Amino acid sequence: MMKRDECFRLLARHIGDAAVVATYSSAVDWVAVAPRVLNYTSIGAMGLDSSHGLGLALGRPDRRVVVLQGDGSLLMNLGSLVTIAAVAPKNLIHLVAQNETYEANGGHPIPSPKVDFAGLARAAGYAAVYDFSDLDVFAQHVAHVLEQQGPVFATLHVEPSKPLHYDYPSLYDPEKRKAFKSAWQARG
Amino acid sequence: MAAPAPASTAASLSGTAIIAAIKASGVEYVLSVPDITTSSGLLAPIARDKDLKLIRVCKEDECVGIASGLSYCDKRALILIQHTGFLDSINAIRGIAVEYKQPICMMVGLLQHEPERAPRASSRYGVRIMEPILDDMGIAHHLVAVDADIAKIKPAIDRAYEEPAPVTFLIGRSPA
Repeated sequence: MMKRDECFRLLARHIGDAAVVATYSSAVDWVAVAPRVLNYTSIGAMGLDSSHGLGLALGRPDRRVVVLQGDGSLLMNLGSLVTIAAVAPKNLIHLVAQNETYEANGGHPIPSPKVDFAGLARAAGYAAVYDFSDLDVFAQHVAHVLEQQGPVFATLHVEPSKPLHYDYPSLYDPEKRKAFKSAWQARG
Repeated sequence: MAAPAPASTAASLSGTAIIAAIKASGVEYVLSVPDITTSSGLLAPIARDKDLKLIRVCKEDECVGIASGLSYCDKRALILIQHTGFLDSINAIRGIAVEYKQPICMMVGLLQHEPERAPRASSRYGVRIMEPILDDMGIAHHLVAVDADIAKIKPAIDRAYEEPAPVTFLIGRSPA
């Protein structure tokens, strides 16, 4: 079992100018590790992170989009696995932090801790699928995960984290949305 | 904000003209879950149209997220769904379209609506509540039930992207 923030530190070394779509606990950890203008944290409704990511990937096929989604969020939008696999954007990397809880809503368990998200993504038709539970193994593969032709999916099996501070006014700041749009539209 | 009942008695609505208006609005992507009201007159020809990119999604709220992502790339999208899907997606529309002021453009078929009636006077509960919900959410909406209504589409989509703000077209009869 890994820690989410440790996974994100590894990810940040290779992120380059990719857009990162993240919500709730993943957004809090990611923004702490990598505060950058190309972070997209205004999702508006739980579960839609993967759908926002698909839109961004379609609109800028020349740039990479990384979605950092929680397991509870993906459960609210499981159909997006099928939609993304069907559209098949080559520039989309979809990472799901599976800690088996609704961490931002009191730490209650998801309906089943045994969900095989990687299996679901594989069955939906993602181009490449990974399942990581060891930090050293993730460290060895993270660059390749980010670089290969998508859509790519990876489950990160992580521990529930210590209590986080959810600074929603900052995550949903309209000025950050404007800055993101300007940076995302710039030539990469 | 509330659209009036159709003034014309002409009982026709051209799907071809609606699609032309969609294209004239600069829409590049159509995001859809099938709706029987718009199935043969809009979705089927859109699926064959090489100028429009159709993305078939599993559930209507996905469309709101995808359209939002596309808007950050200055790509215009139209969401083509049934009013039941709109109702199911209200939280996404609340958060993304209304609170974030995103140009989410929706074309919503009114399932089992009687075209001769105003939506508020429909015998169908789900149809009857559509305009009041849109009014309460502050979302601009336009009834498209006869050919004369099609002229509303392009200016409304242009306005949605200029402001930016969401807009909804309620399709009051099956386009032919």
